[in-house]
Amino acid sequence: MRLNLALAQIATKLGDVEANLEKHLDFIKRAKEQKADLVIFPELSLTGYVVQDLVATVAHRPTEEDPVFKHLLKESEDLDLVIGFVDEDDRHRFYIASTYLSGGRVLHVHHKVYLPTYGLFDEGRFFAWGDRVRSFDTRFGRAGLLICEDFWHASPPYLLWLDGADLMLFSSASPGRGLTDREKLESARWVERVNQAYASMFTSFIVHCNRVGYEDGLHFWGGATVNDPNGELIARGPYFEEALTLVQLDLNQLRRTRARLPLLRDERTNLTMSELQRILRK
Amino acid sequence: MLDLTINTDVARQILTGFIKSEVTRVGFSRAIINLSGGLDSALSCALAAEALGPENVLALRLPYRTSSPDSLEHAQLVIDRFNVRSETIDITKMVDPLIEHDPDMSNTRKGNIMARSRMIVLYDQSEAFRALPIGTSNKTEILLGYSTMWGDMASAINPIGDLYKTQVRQLSRALGIPAEIVDKPPSADLWVGQTDEGELGFTYEQVDKLLFLIVDQRYSAQECVEEGFDGAFVHSVVARVRRNQFKRMMPPIAKVSNRTIGYDFLYLRDWGT
Repeated sequence: MRLNLALAQIATKLGDVEANLEKHLDFIKRAKEQKADLVIFPELSLTGYVVQDLVATVAHRPTEEDPVFKHLLKESEDLDLVIGFVDEDDRHRFYIASTYLSGGRVLHVHHKVYLPTYGLFDEGRFFAWGDRVRSFDTRFGRAGLLICEDFWHASPPYLLWLDGADLMLFSSASPGRGLTDREKLESARWVERVNQAYASMFTSFIVHCNRVGYEDGLHFWGGATVNDPNGELIARGPYFEEALTLVQLDLNQLRRTRARLPLLRDERTNLTMSELQRILRK
Repeated sequence: MLDLTINTDVARQILTGFIKSEVTRVGFSRAIINLSGGLDSALSCALAAEALGPENVLALRLPYRTSSPDSLEHAQLVIDRFNVRSETIDITKMVDPLIEHDPDMSNTRKGNIMARSRMIVLYDQSEAFRALPIGTSNKTEILLGYSTMWGDMASAINPIGDLYKTQVRQLSRALGIPAEIVDKPPSADLWVGQTDEGELGFTYEQVDKLLFLIVDQRYSAQECVEEGFDGAFVHSVVARVRRNQFKRMMPPIAKVSNRTIGYDFLYLRDWGT
């Protein structure tokens, strides 16, 4: 089975959800024209990243009644979508969220479980922490969503893997930093390194879509990637520029790789569990 | 570890993209820069010309009667090299009446008056040219506080404020800024014979390496000494950075309400754009 994937590394307007929705619809149209089955947008793609006190005013619920999501749900009748947004729960807690839409329905919502609140980041001040890491079924097999700092920690991708995800869909708004004499920023090298490692260790597809553009002095470096179950890089978007990068994933590669390299078969989850319990009892 | 070399292609792409984004998103298409004849403003000018097109950049030459003739000539070299628009306005008649009011004033006061007069011209011309003022302060001088508040520090956006002086030199060479500007001793040219390194008491080469360890690599003063830096030099630079924190901030507002600008009224400049 093959999946035509489109990585939509867009720049956003800070706090202007309507303008960002228009951009989503434009990229979705272009993706449709190129026969994409699934389009993935970056973290907080509907709102911009440093939303600070705008959080409450840019929040939306992924429902048919919502003035923004009704358009996206309609589009998802033709192709699947991963959208980044600020989610508000019934008790008015706000989350950095990513949702998978397909066939006019919401298949899954992930709330970011690791909120970086150090250095240039201040997410924990403005957002509630998610408390679930769950895989879910799609028409392309079982998948998982994570958002930026979630995959700077090893445990969320590991949990998705054990929960059945073969297709990991990561989104970021990663500010570029660490300019040295190298061709790539330190932040880009770090993210590319771990994504390649996850693909190799979990013998899975690792998809990463990072945004571009500027917010005040911050820039976002783009460079969306896909690594296949062998860990090989099979697609990369340009750095710093908006782009729609299309790549065909041969999902049969999962079977071929795992026949050769049975890391999933041999994973000793009970050993992990018993040792974790011992460590937590300390 | 102590290598401040940068990839100039990446720097160029990020910084021109920054100028283009931050100027155009607020409805402008043009930039204006006080071109002193020195390296920092030459670099900001070159980046702005590349980002917006040279026809959209106005370089101001603002000499005072004691300014070095080299400064004017070097500014002209930049104008010619990057083909930007230019205007020359002598600030002597703005500056001298205030100095005459108190003829014994220090060089520092006179220098501050010149720097702030140039700021007035910059902002006035920015309105006439419908342009945003581009900053020309580098990371070294911002950290050391070697600049005039509301004078040469004043700008709408600053593309070079995260580059140390030695990195400014490296990027300037890559952008084709004429060698006589890159290679001359840096000077604010506020009085005859003034040089940055003479006034600061150390070279940029030395202090950039130290600042890089302290600021970027989070070394303690003791660890810097262990790396071979002179103890007195380390402590004087650490003190200088701390003492000048006020120059890097908006004036603190005394909080009395539930929601106060700067503390809990938090929006980026790019709010809504």
